[in-house]
Amino acid sequence: MSNVRVLVGTRKGAFILTSDGKRQKWDISGPHFAGWEIYHLKGSPVDPNRLYASQSSGWFGQIIQRSDDGGKTWHQPGTPAGEPTTTPEGMPKAESNKFVYDTSPETGKPLTTHQWFDGTQHPWEFKRVWHLEPSLRDPDIVYAGVEDAALFRSTDGGKNWHELAALRDAQGSKWSPGAGGMGLHTILLDRTNPQRIYIAISAAGAFRTDDGGRTWKPINRGLHSQYIPNPTAEVGHCVHHIAMHPSRPKVLFMQKHWDVMRSDDAGESWHEVSGNLPTDFGFPIEVHAHEPETIYVVPIKSDSEHYVHDGTLRVFRSCAGGNEWEPLTRGLPQENCYVNVLRDAMSVDSLDKCGVYFGTTGGQVYLSADAGDNWAPIVRDLPAVLSVEVQTLP
Amino acid sequence: MIRVVLPHHLRLLARVGAEVQLEVEAPATQRSTFDALEARYPMLRGTIRDHVTQQRRPMLRFFACEEDLSLESPDSQLPDSVASGAEPFWIIGAIAGG
Repeated sequence: MSNVRVLVGTRKGAFILTSDGKRQKWDISGPHFAGWEIYHLKGSPVDPNRLYASQSSGWFGQIIQRSDDGGKTWHQPGTPAGEPTTTPEGMPKAESNKFVYDTSPETGKPLTTHQWFDGTQHPWEFKRVWHLEPSLRDPDIVYAGVEDAALFRSTDGGKNWHELAALRDAQGSKWSPGAGGMGLHTILLDRTNPQRIYIAISAAGAFRTDDGGRTWKPINRGLHSQYIPNPTAEVGHCVHHIAMHPSRPKVLFMQKHWDVMRSDDAGESWHEVSGNLPTDFGFPIEVHAHEPETIYVVPIKSDSEHYVHDGTLRVFRSCAGGNEWEPLTRGLPQENCYVNVLRDAMSVDSLDKCGVYFGTTGGQVYLSADAGDNWAPIVRDLPAVLSVEVQTLP
Repeated sequence: MIRVVLPHHLRLLARVGAEVQLEVEAPATQRSTFDALEARYPMLRGTIRDHVTQQRRPMLRFFACEEDLSLESPDSQLPDSVASGAEPFWIIGAIAGG
């Protein structure tokens, strides 16, 4: 029987929830890295016991952690647990937390600046890793989406990181931070085309490469954002998250700052599918594991009121790829609830009856083992949940 | 020998107790002390000073002999009592909310 492992990143550490395929009894381990912000953890699709975690702190900066045994033990890549951290010559084995932006080879100066909140230009400054996306083919290859927005790649299991700097050629000087910073938060790898990667940035928009990161183009046609000077600009949109079903990599679903959007042509154009949602502001969006037209969102009240609408926690499901939405409420609090669900805090398993999981800023992790019809908390008193990723294990 | 007192989270990262002892060539400075610290505990690289600029991370402060040395030049000499190991050099996280 299959097992399920849920990787939960929170404001104060990481937790790992495990169950068998019935998904009724759960073991909870953690907090791992207690007291640190864990923006994201994710496992390799090739080697599910290879996990990567982004550990950060306003005081001490960024740390990358790796587990090779499914989260039982962790180490900073390049310094395996129990082994010396330096070579016999006394040199550090690796610099797994060194995220350094490319500079001009001619001048040594920063490649570009970006737009600051007040419209002036501002240099790129590394803050943290928001999202880690392991390769679909090699457990030692992993991508990191960082703030200030850039994409880094490691090809040695997280020991060393290098920027895919051509992304910033896609009008980087016009990108600006959202309220939460200028983070690259979404990385989607195309299972059918290893050269194609989609990424999304707040507040710059969505971008695509078709040549493994050598060149990038903005893919924001059809987006309309009232809050920027030119609502239909090529870049500058606050995209919150994008989801894709692995079997249909050209069909993308987007939760934007406002609006739920859909593209059927690999992001070349988008159209709105918010339909009958009570509000189309939100952060996460996810696709059912077996039904590529079934999608989930968790609307919240507004950009200035980051909590669910009417004090009721409702997931909305569309079985038509958007426009027609139904509220899913059974087992979720329907009064006095004022939590939010962040962009990386929703995920699905791939068991026969698709499980849908999400974590809240109130510290609950909810599961529906029947694709959204019924919900129950797996755990309800964690620190604020930043990310939820699910692994379906053989 | 210089004694450095680390904040809680860095002790966990480096898998050490509250205080580490380092051999630092005279004249000891903040820079040579951090160089020695990071050479011995490379997992601390980037957590106290920025990888590239070598600037102190903004929410950390350095103290010794009841004095705030955070704004001192990294190349200024440490007090004699710190250089001799009589007094420790403290790395402290700023109190900035929970």
